[in-house]
Amino acid sequence: MHRLRAIAQPLLDSLRDLAPIIVVIAFFQLAVLQRPLPDLERLLVGTLLVAVGLALFVRGLEIGLFPIGESMAYAFARKGSVLWLLLFAFALGFGTTVAEPALIAVAGEAAEVAAKGGVIGDNPAERGSYAMGLRLTVALSVGLAIVIGVLRILRGWPIQYLIVGGYAGVVIMTLFAPEEIVGIAYDSGGVTTSTITVPLVTALGVGLASSIKGRNPMVDGFGLIAFASLTPMIFVMAYGMMF
Amino acid sequence: MELLPHLFHTLLLTVRDVLPIAAVIFGFQLLVIRKPIPNLKRVLIGFLYVLVGLALFLVGLEEALFPLGKVMARQLTDPVFLYGGIEQLAGEIRWLDYLWVYLFAAAIGFATTIAEPSLLAVAIKAQEVSGGTIGIWGLRIAVALGVAAGIALGTFRIVTGTPLYYYIIAGYLFVIVQTLFAPRMIVALAYDSGGVTTSTVTVPLVTALGLGLASTVPGRSPVLDGFGLIAFASLFPIITVLGYAQLSQWRNRG
Repeated sequence: MHRLRAIAQPLLDSLRDLAPIIVVIAFFQLAVLQRPLPDLERLLVGTLLVAVGLALFVRGLEIGLFPIGESMAYAFARKGSVLWLLLFAFALGFGTTVAEPALIAVAGEAAEVAAKGGVIGDNPAERGSYAMGLRLTVALSVGLAIVIGVLRILRGWPIQYLIVGGYAGVVIMTLFAPEEIVGIAYDSGGVTTSTITVPLVTALGVGLASSIKGRNPMVDGFGLIAFASLTPMIFVMAYGMMF
Repeated sequence: MELLPHLFHTLLLTVRDVLPIAAVIFGFQLLVIRKPIPNLKRVLIGFLYVLVGLALFLVGLEEALFPLGKVMARQLTDPVFLYGGIEQLAGEIRWLDYLWVYLFAAAIGFATTIAEPSLLAVAIKAQEVSGGTIGIWGLRIAVALGVAAGIALGTFRIVTGTPLYYYIIAGYLFVIVQTLFAPRMIVALAYDSGGVTTSTVTVPLVTALGLGLASTVPGRSPVLDGFGLIAFASLFPIITVLGYAQLSQWRNRG
């Protein structure tokens, strides 16, 4: 009985998380567009897969991603080597971003826009190298963002000055960047933080802030993801200006 | 229904995404920290759960919800649905004609954010760290309301054709002012919520909506106007999460 509940409870939780999507889609399909739901069986099977997947993911977070992120943060704090910690931060940011599928998609679109706008030649080779350059630029900026974020936690700098400074940078860059790149640059800030990176980076930040004396995990532990979504905007606009 | 090959393919893709992360973690653990990972077996099982869970999650979305959502985004932005035919469209487009589109944008933004796994991860951590002051559901609903408002405004912008950066710059200025008055403990978390809202679930549906809208509204280009919805979805949650903390502080003072 106890076992059954241990399996059923996370599933019910996931189904509750999914309920809004189902309600919205059903309402607009039936009441607004007034069309029947196509292929109901497929819809139900899909929803069940999503629910099982979400339940497994959450369990995996609790026993895998969170503990490893935190234990590494503690280990680095005990070791006391800032250089290695920053190197790790950079590798984590760069490594997780450069292969990110959403980023690959956005970089491809950006290359197309640039080719149509006559910024680069309209052939596969130039588009390919433009897209690759953009991916490296974004990955570099995310690596740098995590480094700055970790430094902030170590030093206890207040986050608002850094973020406000960053936004000021975005605003200034927007005024000078070519118009076609602006939308893509803004979107690239959102696509860099994947579903696996976010829990790891959050656990790292919170773990660091709890293991360093004088830091409060609530005030200082969060914010790494904020940097990771801010710097790509600046770097992508800079990249657009170089061409 | 070729569910199994699709599942296998997605699992491979997920493994490929996780490889660089695993390489960084285990590389540093072995070469720099040089200590065995505590509960190694449990951690590995956790990684396995995350991989399989994400793969199932993505396949389910792609099999069931995304196709329908994308078709609906197209149908709702179709002139036939909006005016009963493109020839009915007399001169200027009126933004009021798109009321259902804004409603759909807000509703789908809210619903997909509630289901977003990375937001759930941050919310679990935030509740743990704040000792329950910030509830999992409080944070998720605050963020979801922000995404709803952001996407609705973003679709309004595409319909009216006003430049993106007006909204974004105004939004950031608002965030800066709000930060000065918000409780200090929420600031970092609020900034983080902007980044976590836009991943697995929200991006594909919202992008389909933006591109569909930009290619059917007369005078809009998908290239110039189709993008930018994600930017709205990452900006507005900052405002609502800061607001949520201000509201609870103000209520507690009572």
